[in-house]
Amino acid sequence: MSFISYLITGISLGSVYAIIALGYTMVYGIAKMLNFAHGDVIMVGGYVVFVAVSNMGVNPYVALLISMATCTILGVTIERVAYKPLRGTSPLAVLITAIGVSYLLQNLALLIFGADTKAFTSVVNVPNLELFDGQLTISGVTIVTVIACIIIMAVLTLFVKKTKAGRAMQAVSEDRGAAQLMGINVNGTIALTFAIGSALAAVAGVLLCSAYPSLTPYTGSMPGIKAFVAAVFGGIGSIPGAMIGGILLGIIENLSKAYISSQLSDAIVFGVLIIVLLVRPTGILGKNIQEKV
Amino acid sequence: MALLEVKNLGISFGGLRAVNAFDIQIEKGQLYGLIGPNGAGKTTVFNLLTGVYKPDEGSVVLDGVNITGKKTIDINKAGIARTFQNIRLFKDMTVLDNVKVGLHNNHTYGVVTGIFRLPKYFKVEKEMDEKAMELLKVFELDQYADVLAANLPYGKQRELEIARALATEPKLLLLDEPAAGMNPNETKDLMNTIRFVRDKFDMTILLIEHDMKLVSGICEKLTVLNFGEVLVQGDTSDVLNDPQVITAYLGE
Repeated sequence: MSFISYLITGISLGSVYAIIALGYTMVYGIAKMLNFAHGDVIMVGGYVVFVAVSNMGVNPYVALLISMATCTILGVTIERVAYKPLRGTSPLAVLITAIGVSYLLQNLALLIFGADTKAFTSVVNVPNLELFDGQLTISGVTIVTVIACIIIMAVLTLFVKKTKAGRAMQAVSEDRGAAQLMGINVNGTIALTFAIGSALAAVAGVLLCSAYPSLTPYTGSMPGIKAFVAAVFGGIGSIPGAMIGGILLGIIENLSKAYISSQLSDAIVFGVLIIVLLVRPTGILGKNIQEKV
Repeated sequence: MALLEVKNLGISFGGLRAVNAFDIQIEKGQLYGLIGPNGAGKTTVFNLLTGVYKPDEGSVVLDGVNITGKKTIDINKAGIARTFQNIRLFKDMTVLDNVKVGLHNNHTYGVVTGIFRLPKYFKVEKEMDEKAMELLKVFELDQYADVLAANLPYGKQRELEIARALATEPKLLLLDEPAAGMNPNETKDLMNTIRFVRDKFDMTILLIEHDMKLVSGICEKLTVLNFGEVLVQGDTSDVLNDPQVITAYLGE
């Protein structure tokens, strides 16, 4: 029973990683950059809900919507101010800038909210599920997280595959120049990608803080990095890859915490990444780049 | 007034004068060829016309509207669409979706409508599907609608690129070496297709081509470019018999 319990918690944690990984993978696929500030947008999303619910007494679900709106604006602003001027320069310049933005967000949060840990009241008020005469308890947060992840994946996949804006995203991802010549607004498409990724980061932030109810300015950094690992693990640029990578990572992390060592669990997670990259450099669902000779 | 009027167009890359004092006038409905030896600056002219490069000087006027130095997307909206020398389809998208990308600006609904699939989403998508299928039928590509563009035979990919460009509803269609890599039979089909496109869509076409059979077969007028400058301009048969042109191609 305890194994199943660990497994389910792992899937739940992995679902959060998957939602965050979506932001990484979409931005990478379409804007061809790694947005290392993505993890800190999660933290901002958490703080917005914290302030709204604990300080202002807003309804938790309304707070979630406010948080999504705030993060969307934040994500688009970051893109416009920090990344867009660097488009067309070396990818390294954008990468360094993203790391800079990440520190900026962390330190702004430090300045505004202080370094002390805030106790986050769970937004989710779904009752726990008791199975097998109480031998297996699945928390409400876990259920909501997994369901949210599945819904987000389905909606996003349909959005990218079946709508105009989604087709524009695919086109920009494949050939930015050709897309532009066909009348696609590349800047608008990239901004939309950041908007979606950041709104999802807010959702992930709230779910994460509901499951692990403590909030500091560094809350987003480790899940952010792990979600990046998940995106690479699943094949960066691929939406189902982010889902598979995220959930596998969550399971691996939780099982190693339970059966091997809770101190070593992070090392094992990153070790798995190294092995995957050695065997399949493009990740599980990543495309093999064939070079014609 | 001509559909496209280009005057004194020029651009330098560093010290290299890639295109200099380039003039061209294309009447509505004309099939116009731009030829010249490799490296003469033909594709650079296309890139200048479509806004990929900004000209250092000169002017481009399309249907009375000055589009000099405008952004590619605005030039496309103004009515210039193109194909590429090396085919640049969206290879991981289906044939139908490639054409629908071209239709992007003429059929609109918002992102929110798309996410929540409001009734307008279904209406507009249906319109787009119908329009795209109509275009595919013209090129007999409708049977491949759900095939990934990468899996089309080469000649069909060329045609799909033309269909995608036409989907943006251009006034002027630029074809960059449409016959490149084609065998004589495919080239013959292509000539018919280009003529057909001109007649069916009442299209004005400017094409770059090395295949002299194609050029002499379908182009009404020619401009010969050599070292970035116009060498000769005029009716196809006159130009092809011009001693300067023969020298430029074959040497002294």
